[in-house]
Amino acid sequence: MGEIAPQDIKKGEFRSEELVVNMGPQHPSTHGVLYLELHLDGEIVVDCRPHIGYLHRSCEKIAENRSYTQFIPFTDRLDYLASMNNNLGYVLAVEKLLNIQVNERVSYVRTIIAELNRVSSHLIGIGTFAQDLGAYATPMFYCFRDREKVVQLFDELCGGRLTFNYMRIGGVQTELPPHAEKYIKDFIKYEREKLKEYNELLTYNAIFLARTKNIGILKPEVAIDYSVTGPMLRASGVKWDLRKDEPYMIYDRFKFDVPVGKVGDSWDRFKVRLDEISESLKIIEQAISGLPPGNAVSKVNKVYKGPPGEAYLRTENPRGELGFYLVSDGGTKPYRNKIRSPSFSNLAVLPELIRGLNVSDAVCVLGSTDVIMGEIDR
Amino acid sequence: MEQAQVAKIISEHFPGAVVEEQPKAIVIKKDNLLTVAKLLKDSDLAFKNCHCITAVDRKDKMEMVYHLYTFKHRYMLTLKVFLAMNDLTVESLTHLWRSADWLEREVYDLFGVKFLNHPDLRRILNPDEWTDFPLRKDFNRPDFYRLPESEGLKAGG
Repeated sequence: MGEIAPQDIKKGEFRSEELVVNMGPQHPSTHGVLYLELHLDGEIVVDCRPHIGYLHRSCEKIAENRSYTQFIPFTDRLDYLASMNNNLGYVLAVEKLLNIQVNERVSYVRTIIAELNRVSSHLIGIGTFAQDLGAYATPMFYCFRDREKVVQLFDELCGGRLTFNYMRIGGVQTELPPHAEKYIKDFIKYEREKLKEYNELLTYNAIFLARTKNIGILKPEVAIDYSVTGPMLRASGVKWDLRKDEPYMIYDRFKFDVPVGKVGDSWDRFKVRLDEISESLKIIEQAISGLPPGNAVSKVNKVYKGPPGEAYLRTENPRGELGFYLVSDGGTKPYRNKIRSPSFSNLAVLPELIRGLNVSDAVCVLGSTDVIMGEIDR
Repeated sequence: MEQAQVAKIISEHFPGAVVEEQPKAIVIKKDNLLTVAKLLKDSDLAFKNCHCITAVDRKDKMEMVYHLYTFKHRYMLTLKVFLAMNDLTVESLTHLWRSADWLEREVYDLFGVKFLNHPDLRRILNPDEWTDFPLRKDFNRPDFYRLPESEGLKAGG
């Protein structure tokens, strides 16, 4: 058979097949061990099937065999970039179940620490997103440089740099160090300067805009249908933040805005995260200046016994709404502990977003969702 | 918005559907689940968000727990359905809320509850070859797992 010139090919004469490409489980831009089964038609993604479970450690079963206190370190390993927020969500759920009241100072210290962790978590989200797009190393290093300042404080606080195990039922592990107030105030000043730098470096960078604008648009009604939460939901234009709309702890005392996106594309998701950093800094600033005197360290009981019943509590984590559903049968261990992780639902919507895009854009969308496999697989 | 209000609306539309009102949950009949869920979503209550689906193994029965949320009234409803241990099947809610897809797959994977009319009921966290349901109370962790011999290994030697 002789060669066929392109103009001789009539439509429908040649049959093309779908090509299945496995992306992951080991892939630099899948943020952990995520395996995407991509069905391709040339460069275009026709369908995508995410396969998860490679990090499954069955934390929920472990919880059934541990006392309430013993499970706190396991929550660190769910969303390991926001361990403090996971700790907080869990202890708040236990306190709700067991009807434990905490004093003012505990709430303030918890707020400061949780918001600092949100800043550091969003910094990684932004840094790795830029890295996924091919901005090799520079944004990543900038973000890690800033995150280091938060991590150093946490290191002094509890001796951990990634998994903190800091929150306790009824309080926190250690008091803030004496110089913490000045350190945090300096950090706020420093970070505000750096945020301007990120805007110059990334946000309005022409290449960055070309890669992220109108890529992977998530419509608000689809987002709610899939129970997407956190910055991803807000980027779609839904002004919904638990800290503002259903305040838990003492969030109702602080003045801050809820940044929202307009289109719901990858750029909006990035921008919302960046804006949330400055909002978190506002909260920290107000909390640190209003920090009441007192004792934040709790007397830790070895055993907590809950009344038979159940409690569901959700908190606004950096990646969305983290919920703990605790069921007690009156014993010292929870009868059931369901962890509703934000990334789980945020990843479920991924096939909707990347259908019809190029493979390279699929990486961009995945990076913008900023999912953590640790809390998806649990 | 109160739980009693929601229970009243359900009873008005489907008399006898509410089996029990617990302090923090409404228990409804298994057969009514799909119609009640449809009512909750499409009526003025506007439960547009299916936040979480899970199960609790009570040994004598399986409890399906649905956390539904309405942005309009800012209220989180806990809806429960009891399943008999010898008949672990329940209607899938995937066609109402798409978030139910993965959440139900997780419940199937960990508890073995079969969801009728689910578009893609596969295991989600554990390997497909597994036959156990690890979050059931009668689950015993075996000391050894024998992995099924894969085709690739056989051919490669």
